[in-house]
Amino acid sequence: MTTTFTLINVSLLAILTATAVTITRLRALYEATMLAALFSLATACLFVLLDAVDVAFTEAAVGVGISTVLLLGVLALTRSSESVTPRRRRLPGAIAVLLVGGTLGYASLDLPEFGSADSPVQRHPVTDEYLHQSQEDIGIPNTVTSVLASYRGLDTLGELVVVFTAGLAVLSLLGPLARPEQTRPAADFHLADYRVIRVVSGTLMPFILLFALYVLFHGDYGPGGGFQAGVIFASGFVLYGLVFGLDRAQRVVPRAALWFLVSLGLLLYIGVGVTTMLLGGSFLDYDVLASHPETGQHLGILVVETAIGITVASVMTTIFFGFAGRGVAR
Amino acid sequence: MSVLEVLSGALLIAGALAVLTGGVGMLRFPDFYTRIHAAGITDSAGAGLILLGLLLRVDTWNTAVRLLIILLFLALTSPTATHILAHAARRDGVPMWRKGDPRR
Amino acid sequence: MIFAVMAALLVTMVLTLLRAFMGPGRYNRILAVNTFGTKTVLFVAVAGFLFGRPEFLDIGILYALVNFVATVAVLRLTHYQELVSDTERGEGK
Repeated sequence: MTTTFTLINVSLLAILTATAVTITRLRALYEATMLAALFSLATACLFVLLDAVDVAFTEAAVGVGISTVLLLGVLALTRSSESVTPRRRRLPGAIAVLLVGGTLGYASLDLPEFGSADSPVQRHPVTDEYLHQSQEDIGIPNTVTSVLASYRGLDTLGELVVVFTAGLAVLSLLGPLARPEQTRPAADFHLADYRVIRVVSGTLMPFILLFALYVLFHGDYGPGGGFQAGVIFASGFVLYGLVFGLDRAQRVVPRAALWFLVSLGLLLYIGVGVTTMLLGGSFLDYDVLASHPETGQHLGILVVETAIGITVASVMTTIFFGFAGRGVAR
Repeated sequence: MSVLEVLSGALLIAGALAVLTGGVGMLRFPDFYTRIHAAGITDSAGAGLILLGLLLRVDTWNTAVRLLIILLFLALTSPTATHILAHAARRDGVPMWRKGDPRR
Repeated sequence: MIFAVMAALLVTMVLTLLRAFMGPGRYNRILAVNTFGTKTVLFVAVAGFLFGRPEFLDIGILYALVNFVATVAVLRLTHYQELVSDTERGEGK
């Protein structure tokens, strides 16, 4: 049994290494992007084997879906082939890579052994508290969600602010805030001309959105939560925009509505914190939201996850519209 | 061993064989259009048989529903993807392989 | 039994990977990545049964969806690039 698992892990790791080496050797950037998606798929397999279900979920939603789409969108704006660096100018880069790699390799010697029972993570009192106490404090089966949304709510707020800032930066650099709308030449290649893909995408779109909602509200019980749900929601709109064209996608979700939603999620999150303070608790202490602390925790986590979902979905859609709209306008 | 287990095992083995066949085909077929057939075998026959084999092993209904959803989505998406891929390749002028051509 | 399926999936993954490395050309790689995605869905589903953790199947559903979105994106956006480069820069593929 153990040997088999080791064998599976080793072969997945070999796949990862081979993919990474091939990516560095490829000059054609589209092909490299596709291999990066493949790398993500193999990574997610490893995460599943390591029982890190929530991480595998995120890797699937972000690594394969949105980031491939965004990388391709960027490549559509720039060149699709990597330029060759002259040999003598490669030296500083090589030194930097060797230094960083050597340091990381040296540091990895200090890591506890794989799966060892007395690693700091296992021994630290906080682990026990999170794993056992959370069932009494918060009472939801998925500890990852309770750590993310309740115990470490402030950190998650910080992450949401990062996502918000990224969306804002892309908007101000690429969005219509930066320059007026241009007329678009008629594109030659319409995916919507193919009846099969039109029908299948049209059928699939509501199910993607439904699945996103399921991931959002099921995060208490299984893998998933606001971040993943937001990304899945966005990939629904991205699929619609890719197949039916940006114009129709923007008729469904107008830009003004997206900008509103980008800030709405963040404001909702902060609003929950302020509400708990007004009710006499500390910032993001959900116990005071309802008469019973556990109900309060449930309510607070639900609202916070929804807020994360709203902001992430609208930021991702905004970034996609920014890149793709720019490409069409050229 | 119950009848269901034997049946599930047979389906799983058949699925594994289909997947392997497709994988070998991906590597050995001479050009892009023929390789689509190999991909089709892994995506439809392989995935369908393996998921059906797993379906005979479930003990709760919500697992069964999830398996059916995966089956439905795969059955919808992968033929669509290969269809549109072949269309786009044809439109781009990727040449067809004829007997006697070098492998591409 | 389930281990045999898992081994078959891994071997197929490696074969598909070789096709993705060799190419040649864009379409062979898209096909290989798409097939690899299906293998991942199956791998995750089978792993869920191996560990007795049926919630892994949620990840399988997500992969089936996201893989399709990625393939459509590759087709749509690479094609757009070709249109631009053909008309504006006069380059071939």
